[in-house]
Amino acid sequence: MANDKLQIKKTSKTYDVVIVGSGAGGGMAGYILANAGVKVLMLEAGPFFDPAKDSHQLKWSYESPRRGASTTRPFGDFDAAYGGWQIEGEPYTHKDNTAFEWFRSRMLGGRTNHWGRISLRFGPKDFQPDDGVSDAWPITYDEIKPYYDRVDQLIGVYGTKEGIENEPDGIFLPPPKPRLHELLIKNAAASVGVPVIAGRGSVLTEALPNNKDRHACFYCGQCGRSCKIYGDFSSSSALVIPAMKTGNLEVISNAMVREVLTDEKGLATGVSYVDKKDLQEYSVSATTVILAASACESARIMLNSKSARHPNGISNSSGLVGRYLHDSTGSSMSGFLPQLMDRKRYNEDGVGSLHIYSPWWGNNKKLDFPRGYHIEFGGGMRMPSYGFGGHVPKANGMVPDRNGNKKEAGGYGASLKDDYRRFYGTEVGMAGRGVGLARYENYCEIDPNTVDKYGIPVLRFNYTWTSDEINQAKHMQATFSEIMHAMGAVVLNGPAGPETNYGLDKPGKIIHEVGTARMGNNPRKSVVNKWCQAHECKNLFITDGAPMVQQGDKNPTWTILALSMRTAEYILDQRKKQNI
Amino acid sequence: MNRRESLKALSITAISTGVLLGACKTKDEVVVKGTSITANEDEAGLQHFEVERNQKLLSEKFFTDHEMATITVLGDIIIPRDERSGSASDAKVPEFIEFIVKDIPEHQVPMRGGLRWLDMQCLKRFNNSFIDCTAQQQIEIVDEIAYPAKANPEMQQGVAFFNRMRSLTASGFFTSKMGIGDLGYMGNRPGKWTGVPAEVLQQYNMQDHGYEVAFRNIKIKQL
Repeated sequence: MANDKLQIKKTSKTYDVVIVGSGAGGGMAGYILANAGVKVLMLEAGPFFDPAKDSHQLKWSYESPRRGASTTRPFGDFDAAYGGWQIEGEPYTHKDNTAFEWFRSRMLGGRTNHWGRISLRFGPKDFQPDDGVSDAWPITYDEIKPYYDRVDQLIGVYGTKEGIENEPDGIFLPPPKPRLHELLIKNAAASVGVPVIAGRGSVLTEALPNNKDRHACFYCGQCGRSCKIYGDFSSSSALVIPAMKTGNLEVISNAMVREVLTDEKGLATGVSYVDKKDLQEYSVSATTVILAASACESARIMLNSKSARHPNGISNSSGLVGRYLHDSTGSSMSGFLPQLMDRKRYNEDGVGSLHIYSPWWGNNKKLDFPRGYHIEFGGGMRMPSYGFGGHVPKANGMVPDRNGNKKEAGGYGASLKDDYRRFYGTEVGMAGRGVGLARYENYCEIDPNTVDKYGIPVLRFNYTWTSDEINQAKHMQATFSEIMHAMGAVVLNGPAGPETNYGLDKPGKIIHEVGTARMGNNPRKSVVNKWCQAHECKNLFITDGAPMVQQGDKNPTWTILALSMRTAEYILDQRKKQNI
Repeated sequence: MNRRESLKALSITAISTGVLLGACKTKDEVVVKGTSITANEDEAGLQHFEVERNQKLLSEKFFTDHEMATITVLGDIIIPRDERSGSASDAKVPEFIEFIVKDIPEHQVPMRGGLRWLDMQCLKRFNNSFIDCTAQQQIEIVDEIAYPAKANPEMQQGVAFFNRMRSLTASGFFTSKMGIGDLGYMGNRPGKWTGVPAEVLQQYNMQDHGYEVAFRNIKIKQL
């Protein structure tokens, strides 16, 4: 390599479609197109990853020298996600001391390998909000509903039919039953007027009809590690690998895309990339290009794709690529349930997604923030890992000992050893996930001064929360306190106060960032049309979270899948009509 | 493969994931193109830098023999052998602590310094390093740093050290095979979750309503 002249190797073949990225958005588009006979090339910036082979499922804590600590992976040693908020050699920067944390998972399937499988539809009011603050989408729930229905049937999701207007029901597999602490939560929340319903997760609580490759869940609760029997949804296992089996989809892994290539008319002709293994430069040709590299990475590629016809980055005359970046809000509280001390042991691993959750119930007319949040709950007798029992030397001074006497917090020896046993499985936690508003002022852009180790200009973020999100976090903390109190829990962490914005996590921490190439009917006010087709480049489509106008309080993956399916079928239609 | 077959395969081969996969292969399975990132089965699902990093850390030595001896004595004071399970050193907690301080370097100075702080306290008070003190002397000093709320202000550095040492000891012990067995964690094996056992519901005077008590049955607080 050292003496080779640097050159761009051009593949001779022209693909029908090249897809950049293999997560939910790329995987679904690839699956639909490949099954329709379209020749697809998928480029993935990380290594190949097959959960059947590469998952750490069923490993014990002691099989990790760090006992599952999060030294090399933010969610611990066994978590499926490669990468994280920091990747060596791939920096990003910030403007004016603002904060944004960018989680990247460079691997086949991307972040779907480790996600929480929380699979919520956006509701009618998420697409057409009536709060007077957030922007409407150019599409309605009714237009997307058929695609949600098909995603449910293709991939599988459990839940219960509840008939809540803005929490639309799907086509559900049976939900897992609540665990003991979840029953306590449900009763306590009900007593303070907070609804709790069955979770909605993409885990196969029953075998999926007409699918021989994926098997029913065996309840290890380890979805975050990805599933060897494909019992949950990962884009790798449920979409990309099946699409490869059609013979119509090829994957090139370790392919880090630089830019979208265009011709003199400004149409996309393919993409260029650097191979992370051999560090050679390549370009591939395709008649249609789909970006699904994640909201921020797709924006980065667009902004770096400058040409005479696209001087501001591809399809960016509006200057809106990178704008309206928004993540979900997050705030949490944890404690323990004294009534569960010395509890009977049994296996309650359950599924690795939500068994229960609280959909948003509030009436915004009486609140000092728009929109709302849902609540996720945690706890139970989990596999002990690094950090186990950290609260015990504090908690053991807060409740009577076995003989009903007050005990001094801390300690050592037989008595402390016994406390670790007594407190095992008593923890309880809750976390709000809410609407962060899409604002023009929050954005990512190209840092004029910085490149990554491949020489690709990097993103610079500018993001600040406002009182809307902070007041929402304040409301979360008040709600959590009420529920904790109602079930007799002892709070160990919280309530968070104004000095921390009520525990409001930094933007990016919830890993729901979307909005950087928003859809709309007006090309001056949006980047893509309602089919996720670039306004200024008709053979360029975006199928990750970037086109979202305004996220609901629901995790975005299910909507990314539905929109990607819809866009892929629009591409098929447009190909048939020879429009692209 | 149906659930019964997959459970059967898993229960036989839960330890060897390689066998598990073989069992899950169906005859119509197509070999998928693409390369595994590691050829070695033990390294499946690990990135190269993770494998290299683990090997490097395992080959290095951080604590001196004296420090390791002190950690061993302290660890067994924190988690002693009892009728249900062995001690911290029986579960190789000192070896875990040796690894984790290399893995998470912010532990290094507080641990090294804390061990020396402890020795200096013992030297002044008992004219011996901690491990050469009598068991009674060792407990006397531990008593002064093991209870944060009642410790004397001049012992605060010792309290901070003992908090860390106690956390690492608990982490190491209860994530070991011995410690997991002691706690009675019953999971990490294939099964079917069918809800809270009836006798447990009874114990807590609860009924499993399934999901009948759903949104529509709750009087929603109007905020």
